[in-house]
Amino acid sequence: MTSTIEPAELPGYPMTRAPERPFDPPPGLRESQRSGPLTRVRLADGATPWLVTRYADQRAVLADSRVSSDYERPGYPSGAPVQKGQAKIGFILMDDPEHARLRRMVTAPFAIKRIEAMRPAVQRIVDDLIDELLAGPNPADLVDAFALPVPSLVICKLLGVPYTDHGFFQDNSKTIIRRTARPEERQAASANLIEYLDNLVGEKLANPGEDLLSGLTERIRAGELTRTDAAQMGVLLLIAGHETTANMIALGTAALLRNPDQLALLRASEDPKLVASAVEELLRYLHITHNGRRRVAVADFEIAGQTIRAGEGIIVANDIGNRDPEVFSEPDTLDLRRNPRNHVAFGFGVHQCLGQSLARMELQVVYGTLYKRIPTLALAAELDQIPFKHDGSVYGVYELPVTW
Amino acid sequence: MNVTVDQDKCCGAGSCVLAAPEVFDQRDEDGIVELLQSQPAAEHQDAVREAANVCPASAIALS
Repeated sequence: MTSTIEPAELPGYPMTRAPERPFDPPPGLRESQRSGPLTRVRLADGATPWLVTRYADQRAVLADSRVSSDYERPGYPSGAPVQKGQAKIGFILMDDPEHARLRRMVTAPFAIKRIEAMRPAVQRIVDDLIDELLAGPNPADLVDAFALPVPSLVICKLLGVPYTDHGFFQDNSKTIIRRTARPEERQAASANLIEYLDNLVGEKLANPGEDLLSGLTERIRAGELTRTDAAQMGVLLLIAGHETTANMIALGTAALLRNPDQLALLRASEDPKLVASAVEELLRYLHITHNGRRRVAVADFEIAGQTIRAGEGIIVANDIGNRDPEVFSEPDTLDLRRNPRNHVAFGFGVHQCLGQSLARMELQVVYGTLYKRIPTLALAAELDQIPFKHDGSVYGVYELPVTW
Repeated sequence: MNVTVDQDKCCGAGSCVLAAPEVFDQRDEDGIVELLQSQPAAEHQDAVREAANVCPASAIALS
């Protein structure tokens, strides 16, 4: 049926949010979910991949071994020309078995028990940054003073990256994930970070420590990993480790300040289960990775009664999957007691976020501490004056002016 | 309830350990799932069902 529709008539993707509802996915995604099950969208380069918007279909697609994450395969819906041989940042754009081989080299440091052991150190980081915030100017930008430093300090410690270089890696990361960045800008930023990580790996080869990058140098010595692979994995973990959590902290705070009854629950509770539930609900509700999870079919297969042909692109919009009324009642309501552990904010399938245990723990510490320590925290700007990251592949706010 | 895990499929996301720490653990060397109990007690069975449901790699089978 869709073959008779001219590409120009299809909705464009990524879609735009309603300006007055900055915490909700674009209305066009809701329309696709209602009219679905599968629809087609048009990308900037004219490609017309499938759009998957319903939760059950999304999980089925992302768990199917007949879809590929390899962006160099013909039909992969990147929306832009792909330069062959361009450096792949880590294993997220690879398929098994190579994906699994590389991923397993860095999985242990993110295991639940290892992450739990870091909780007291993260609590100290959070406490110290709040002390500094309270001692500094009021109003302040929560992104700069708190949301970005917390996960940056933590991932630096875990990887073995000097925090003094945070300006450099934060700026380059921003360029890589900005949708509007030109390809050559993005390429240059990737090259900067790969060179930086390559140098660090070189230093760790000479003087290994206890950190994750030092662990990778053992793999290099054993001939299981090239130094370039190690540097690329380092870049992936560094970017994914600070940008996403920083956005969850700032955007989550903005959402809570706009839902004072929910914020009051969190502030009044001493129950770690409520804090954990709040983290899951904010992950579900905000779903900050709003560029779609992208795949290409490598064989014909059927989903929701529709045959997807080998070579066709697929975009899985997990942001609207997390608002699927078939799975989550009153999906557009922020309800911190809901504990929606089955959300797909971290994706699904073998590519599901490697650092999710770290993200959860950091957010539990932050959401469980910040609003109790600063009970009078308030936005220092109207919502329509806050610069939301409409142009980012990861959503959030560029600045969050707050007062107390 | 009988639980089996497929360590080849596991991607080490740790969701099962979070849901049912009495039944699942992760190997120290690579974070891959380890089964602590193949026949969990009644009080852990809801958590085990949740673990199987949220496992991103479909590595947990219940029978």
